[in-house]
Amino acid sequence: MTGSMPTYLGMPSFPEAAREAVGDTLLRRNLAHATGTIRARRAEAVAELPDWERLRGSARQIKDHTLAHLGHYLRLLEERVTGAGGTVHWAADAAEANAIVAALVEATGETEVVKVKSMATQEIGLNEALAEAGITAYETDLAELIVQLGDDRPSHILVPAIHRNRAEIRDIFRRAMPDAPAGLSDSPAELAEAARRHLRAKFLSARVAVSGANFAVAETGTLVVLESEGNGRMCLTLPRTLITVMGIEKLVPTFADLEVFLQLLPRSSTAERMNPYTSMWTGATEGQDFHLVLLDNGRTDVLADEVGRQALRCIRCSACLNVCPVYERAGGHAYGSPYPGPIGAILSPQLRGVGSKVDASLPYASTLCGACFEACPVAIDIPEVLVELRARAVESARHPLTDAAMAAAGWTLRSPARLALAQRAAGRFRRLTPRRLPGPLRAWTDTRDIPRPPPESFRAWWERTDGGRRP
Amino acid sequence: MRIALFVTCVNDTLYPGTGRAVVRLLRRLGHEVDFPAAQTCCGQMHFNTGYRADAAPLARRFADTFDDYEAVVVPSGSCAAMIRDWYPTLGVEPPTGVYELSEFLVDVLGVTDVGAYFPHTVTYHPTCHSLRMLKVGDRPLRLLRAVRGIDLVELPGAEECCGFGGTFALKNADVSAAMGADKVAAVRRTGAEVLCAADNSCLAHIGGALTRRRAGVRALHLAEILAATEGDAR
Ligand code: SF4
Repeated sequence: MTGSMPTYLGMPSFPEAAREAVGDTLLRRNLAHATGTIRARRAEAVAELPDWERLRGSARQIKDHTLAHLGHYLRLLEERVTGAGGTVHWAADAAEANAIVAALVEATGETEVVKVKSMATQEIGLNEALAEAGITAYETDLAELIVQLGDDRPSHILVPAIHRNRAEIRDIFRRAMPDAPAGLSDSPAELAEAARRHLRAKFLSARVAVSGANFAVAETGTLVVLESEGNGRMCLTLPRTLITVMGIEKLVPTFADLEVFLQLLPRSSTAERMNPYTSMWTGATEGQDFHLVLLDNGRTDVLADEVGRQALRCIRCSACLNVCPVYERAGGHAYGSPYPGPIGAILSPQLRGVGSKVDASLPYASTLCGACFEACPVAIDIPEVLVELRARAVESARHPLTDAAMAAAGWTLRSPARLALAQRAAGRFRRLTPRRLPGPLRAWTDTRDIPRPPPESFRAWWERTDGGRRP
Repeated sequence: MRIALFVTCVNDTLYPGTGRAVVRLLRRLGHEVDFPAAQTCCGQMHFNTGYRADAAPLARRFADTFDDYEAVVVPSGSCAAMIRDWYPTLGVEPPTGVYELSEFLVDVLGVTDVGAYFPHTVTYHPTCHSLRMLKVGDRPLRLLRAVRGIDLVELPGAEECCGFGGTFALKNADVSAAMGADKVAAVRRTGAEVLCAADNSCLAHIGGALTRRRAGVRALHLAEILAATEGDAR
């Protein structure tokens, strides 16, 4: 069934939102600096492994195999998690998943939960849904905390506050963190310390935690979370109840398969050789209740699509964002979803459909330069999926202006004689080539000159001179 | 060897000098090329914008027109990539010997020194489809380095997309212009007089932004530099 992302309704189209972002000088500078740095470091980390391409190939194979037998592996996972004392819940969409989590929290009698950074819970708008049920969710990932305190939206998968610099972060802390020390400076160490103190109190008092998962191993029922700060581990271990919300595509068949992904993911995402905090648990550990919510929210639709299904291989490393020249300039918010950048451009329209302005515009939010495909550790051919989505958009709805322009161009180009005629006309009126073009073509001449048509096309020259053999 | 030139619709219509340069260059290297007049366009613009029903007849026309040749030389990385990588998805088998110009010179003819003379400061932008789809690698640079008189300077951030992207330049004009502005800045930092690439559509975008700024840098296709000799005025 089609998924929904309730907190992202009514977003403007990508070009509209991007126009704003392109004009935001501070955002541009923050993003260029952040993506530029991580891009260079990732390239180095990847270059260290001589078998990188083979690892990529294995990752792709493992994911494709799992997706082809997803029902089998999901049932196996359920069996193993249940066998180890956990409880498995199935959620068809965002509303169901939110209701399940809210009911589980209510059953504990608690009104506060701590959260491990999770894409799936952002996707379903869990924090907002919990708030409606009178439950407050506290984000504990530093960047996620900055976003939450700033009443903001994440703009990057790994670094949700990548659009903020430290002066802005200091201002947010001063404004919204009740226990922020007086005279807090913008030094990274002081900011981290303030957040650490603020969060420590939450960890010690919270009795319920909500997390996502990077991987789940079907054969053992093991859940895996990768993070860099250790805050996630505190959430996973201290509270009495742990609720994990996970997209159904996060599975790998065997424990040995993790070997491939634990090499690929850190190098692709943080440019580290090894991930700092990798937490794994199987079922309910001593003294803790464990609930696993398996989320569809549009994923089975994507799986049914032969070209688009490769998007489900994604391990959310964010390498494609960091290398994307469009993301670097438009920023993450323009993508109108928790999934920004190239992966968002193919995933959001597939998960949500193309009914909204932003989803309809996302397949065009790319130059098809291919930098994302080259960087992706699970070899998702993002340009291929983008072009596929564009073709579907053309087939499923009329776009009067573009349709007419494309039809006219097609008609001209289907015949050498008509093409020659058009070239002669262009050559004859070349002196009139305007500096500004009318209508939608103005978008070109606003910032660029147009080439003046030559007096004679190549084919006319060839015919006149017999390919240059006659003067 | 029967060699055909697929000049591409953009070069045919707007940059005939590039096509003439290919003919001159190959003739100097001892090879005659045919220009089959039935050719028009590879269909890339339609395909990339999602108009497959319009792209398919263009792909079929290309395949029919060039089927009999041992080699088809294409002075455009993105058109060559369209033909080789995407035609099969339209149900069209591409002719076997389709080469982007630098591939043809280096791999098929086995030359890197084509006997050119071009006494100018040049920087080279490796366009995305040449780089990441065709994977032409350093072939264009090897050809340029062998040119006499040339002062080849490295372009910072060369592998970053210029922001053209076909209809992207219109549909997402703001981001396209922002990317173009950064590419222009990189080009100007090199101090080059000439910006070279193997694709005139990218050059129309960067070159159009350069002339709009009166930057004093001109855009020139690889073929035109490789075709230049001492006899030429420029
Ligand atoms: S699409 Fe690939 S590169 Fe992008 S986040 Fe997913 S796994 Fe990483």
